[in-house]
Amino acid sequence: MHRTGELYGHFETLEQQKDSAALGMWIFLVTEVLFFGGLFLTYTINRHAFSVAFGAASNTLDLKLGGGNTVVLILSSLTMAMAVWSAQVGKKQWVSIFLIATLGLGTIFLGVKVIEYKQKFDHHLIPGSSFDMRYHSEHPGPNDDPKEIAAEKEELEKAFAVDPDINAHAQLYFSLYFGMTGLHALHMIVGAGLLLWLIKGSFAGRYTPQYNTPVEIVGLYWHFVDIVWIYLFPLLYLIDRHQ
Amino acid sequence: MQSQVPLYPEQASNFAPHVDNLMLFITLICLFFAVAVTVAIIIFFFKYHRKKPDDVGVPIHGNMILEAAWMIVPLILAMAMFGWGAVVYVDYRRAPQDTLDIYVIGKQWMWKAQQPNGLKEINELHVPVGKDVRLILASEDVIHDFYVPAFRVKMDVVPGHYNTMWFRPTKAGRYHFFCSQYCGTNHAIMGGWVTVMEPSEYAAWLSGTSGSGGNPVVAGEKLFTEKACATCHVGAGVGRAPSLNGVYGAKVLLADGSTVIADEAYIRESILQPNAKIVAGYQPVMPTFQGQVTEEQILALTAYIKSLQSQPVPEKGSGVAPATEKK
Amino acid sequence: MSTTTLPAPVHKMPREDYLNATYGLRSWLLTTDHKRIALLYLGSVTVFFFIGGLFATMIRIHLLTPNGFLVTPETYNKLFTMHGVAMIFFFLIPSIPAVLGNFLIPLMIGAKDLAFPKLNLLSWYIYLVGGCFVLYSFGTGGLDTGWTFYTPLSSVYSNSAVTPAVIGIFINGFSSILTGLNFIVTIHTMRAPGMTWFRLPLFVWAHYATSLVMVLGTPVIAITLLLVGLERMFHLGFFNPALGGDPILFQHLFWFYSHPAVYIMILPSMGVISEIIPTFARKPIFGYSFIAGSSIAIAVIGFLVWAHHMFVTGESTYAALTFSFLSYLVAIPSAVKVFNWTSTLYQGSISWDTPMIYAFGFIGLFLIGGLTGLFLACLGLDIHIHDTYFVVAHFHYIMVGGAVMGYVGGLHFWWPKITGKLYPEVLARIAAVTLFVGFNLTFFPQFMLGYMGMPRRYHTYPPEFQVLNVLSTAGASILALGYLLPMLYLTWSMRYGRVAGPNPWPATGLEWKTASPPPTENFDVTPEVDWEPYDFRNRPDLGLAASGPLPAPAHGDD
Repeated sequence: MHRTGELYGHFETLEQQKDSAALGMWIFLVTEVLFFGGLFLTYTINRHAFSVAFGAASNTLDLKLGGGNTVVLILSSLTMAMAVWSAQVGKKQWVSIFLIATLGLGTIFLGVKVIEYKQKFDHHLIPGSSFDMRYHSEHPGPNDDPKEIAAEKEELEKAFAVDPDINAHAQLYFSLYFGMTGLHALHMIVGAGLLLWLIKGSFAGRYTPQYNTPVEIVGLYWHFVDIVWIYLFPLLYLIDRHQ
Repeated sequence: MQSQVPLYPEQASNFAPHVDNLMLFITLICLFFAVAVTVAIIIFFFKYHRKKPDDVGVPIHGNMILEAAWMIVPLILAMAMFGWGAVVYVDYRRAPQDTLDIYVIGKQWMWKAQQPNGLKEINELHVPVGKDVRLILASEDVIHDFYVPAFRVKMDVVPGHYNTMWFRPTKAGRYHFFCSQYCGTNHAIMGGWVTVMEPSEYAAWLSGTSGSGGNPVVAGEKLFTEKACATCHVGAGVGRAPSLNGVYGAKVLLADGSTVIADEAYIRESILQPNAKIVAGYQPVMPTFQGQVTEEQILALTAYIKSLQSQPVPEKGSGVAPATEKK
Repeated sequence: MSTTTLPAPVHKMPREDYLNATYGLRSWLLTTDHKRIALLYLGSVTVFFFIGGLFATMIRIHLLTPNGFLVTPETYNKLFTMHGVAMIFFFLIPSIPAVLGNFLIPLMIGAKDLAFPKLNLLSWYIYLVGGCFVLYSFGTGGLDTGWTFYTPLSSVYSNSAVTPAVIGIFINGFSSILTGLNFIVTIHTMRAPGMTWFRLPLFVWAHYATSLVMVLGTPVIAITLLLVGLERMFHLGFFNPALGGDPILFQHLFWFYSHPAVYIMILPSMGVISEIIPTFARKPIFGYSFIAGSSIAIAVIGFLVWAHHMFVTGESTYAALTFSFLSYLVAIPSAVKVFNWTSTLYQGSISWDTPMIYAFGFIGLFLIGGLTGLFLACLGLDIHIHDTYFVVAHFHYIMVGGAVMGYVGGLHFWWPKITGKLYPEVLARIAAVTLFVGFNLTFFPQFMLGYMGMPRRYHTYPPEFQVLNVLSTAGASILALGYLLPMLYLTWSMRYGRVAGPNPWPATGLEWKTASPPPTENFDVTPEVDWEPYDFRNRPDLGLAASGPLPAPAHGDD
């Protein structure tokens, strides 16, 4: 495939190339919506069927970490939008700066996610034979507030009284939790790779008001990944929250 | 001729003539269109065969009236098929009152049936001619499907759900039944015979061979005690749970204000997922019995609960009124 | 066949085309040329067709006697499962789009390539990786869940290699998605000057509709089968009732894709037929906009009918009524197509070339397949014929009678363009008729078997069903011959066939305005379109008798 400047040989004009790229990304995002849609549907139906277990399981999530992450991700969308805007108006240094900021925020998000996953691991909340909803309240860590642990225990016992099979049903919750947030995190990692590639290009000054398609396309992708989280957060963290 | 390659299986239930008529109706319509299009193609094929190598056809781009006609006419015919099919289906899905209830359990790769008096059969099913029979279907493992071609009916047997199907046998005889939902290695031999008998013979058969199975009502009563159901579900309706007297077939008022008919599926759900539907006026305190009772035990419990029809229904909570009397 | 003398090809020297532009394995495996990628697909889907066909042969031989004498029940179950998986996911779904669509869409709209050539190559590699997983599953224990993967059989009870198979189909899904995406973008943005939407060949319209289904449906089955895989590997309970899951949820998710997937198979084939018929009747297609619109209608309504696969699962009566009603609606656009094709023949100048024979065969088989769909959509009738051989016959009429007739017919129609050579005409007509006869003999008895009550997926059956089964097997052997013949003579013709010239039929599409085989860049100069589709009268370049407009008798819709 020969290439003249930024124009690939099979396109007639840069505009045609840009339109194709943008349309392609939009369609890709539509497929992503349906991809996550299957998971959302499975989650919703199970949430309805096992509301007690799912409620108890979602109460084990850390609202501060999740909420903080939401803010981080919204900020990263803002910096991404600024990067696109900078490219369009030709502020070349700002493109790099905003892209790096976006990458930084994305990395923070992933870091926090690792902390959350680690916590679930420590509390025996990974689906499998050692899964135990009671583990944390029975083996509190040194930094845990005994009052909170007692409250947690009480909540759990109430839930167990209603649904003795809570361990089985909460495993469903956590497999969906890890599946959905894991898939989201995978999208973030792919996005981080794309950002790195953009940053390299921006150092070379490739993005100009005439040619900034890659920044725009990756921007679309990044916003989409943020939006998925905006749906995941309330679904996984907030429903039935009572603390 | 017809005896060698018959075109349809024997008609042995109330549904069979309906389904066959429906088949005939749709076949005739389809045949009309198929023949019309085929004849047209064959005529055009010869009549307009290219005479000279550089000939071209007459440019006709379309005709709105024709297009409208062949959208509207098929639509009307399709709606007729839909309507007739819907009538038969709704009839099939809505069992009449006063049915003879037989429990059928599918498991890899056999069918177990239990007659109302507790008599158990394997890969056999005996039913009386002329009586509305309802099968209550449960599966112990994967999805099966109970299919009697001579009755023209089938229903999936889904683990975790109760499905019911009904029919009225119209002709005595022995007919194949099959599993028609693929269920693993021996799917093809998971079948047997339905024996349709004259009611008197059926009664004789039932009494003649009874005793081998144990009455499900008795078994259910025993379970009811063993599982300590009676500690809460006390008869007078003063316990922590609603009384079960006369609950079967009645409308039950739920905590969220809605009502539900207490049928087999409701009883089963209440045993396995007690909190799915809470009776108005009670707390969600009942533990689940998921994994602690087998499908057969649930059937026994259901049979016992169905038998509790003698005493009057207590006022509190258990809802509106008992339905019309079930046998 | 038409032996119109055409302006002889002017090239004395071996002209450079996409086949001889570069040489070596590398130049093929790393190509981004849509035409070469199409040929890569042609090779790989043929391999899967052979694998699936082999299984089918064994199935039919096994069913010669009521007790089956060829294989054990386990093996039989694996055979029909692997037949279904190989044929549906790795042959039928990619066949026309990835081979003919890939080759022709850029040529038909006057583009140099698809919008994303590298993505196109990536799709093929994804297909290969998915295919390898599935072959691995076939090779190590096989697969015995049925191609429908119903839970909890597939997720808990089956002892076969389910996990690699669902991973393979999951991966392969992305190949489908990327192909669909590529087509949609290409059709939107890469059309040559003058190629307006309503000048697009109907083949392109059909592929546009197909791509919509691919893009919207495939992600759902991908995630669903992934969940089945996870459920199996980690003992989770999404669809397992023993752990609180719902097996019916799986069926909803599965059919949400897999019903529209039928339209992925049949719509492109309808596109092929819509090209062949006007070409060999030498007149504009009747009701262009209705045929184009009906493709889109089928794609859209096709998404709303999935639960008609579940009428006897105990789904609510209201749901059943709704889905039955919607299923009848989808019959209308299909009927519109058949009526328009038939009307196109009226007052045509019809030749009996091989592609036209395939087109007639297609209409005949699709007619039966489509009409029997009306039986299955009928609620009252479905309670009897659901999951019997009636269903098997019905979907083979659509997916083999319809889709494969279209595919083979299309291969013949564009073979001169793809290879630059003509196939042996007489042999080809014999093969087309053989296919038609063999197909009907194989599958028509199965309708009767189904109504008699023989359930599908049975390795053994009551003796009263034997006569029809033997008939079916006899038909299958004729059918097999009908498939082998074209494979042999088409391969033969690549080397020994007569040189075709740019437009042997002649046909009106843009793809026939370039050399055969086309150069790598498709057109030496970007073409400009100033004619209406399928217009034989105002095209002096075709060298036909009439040029200059006739007083057209009927201009109904445009």
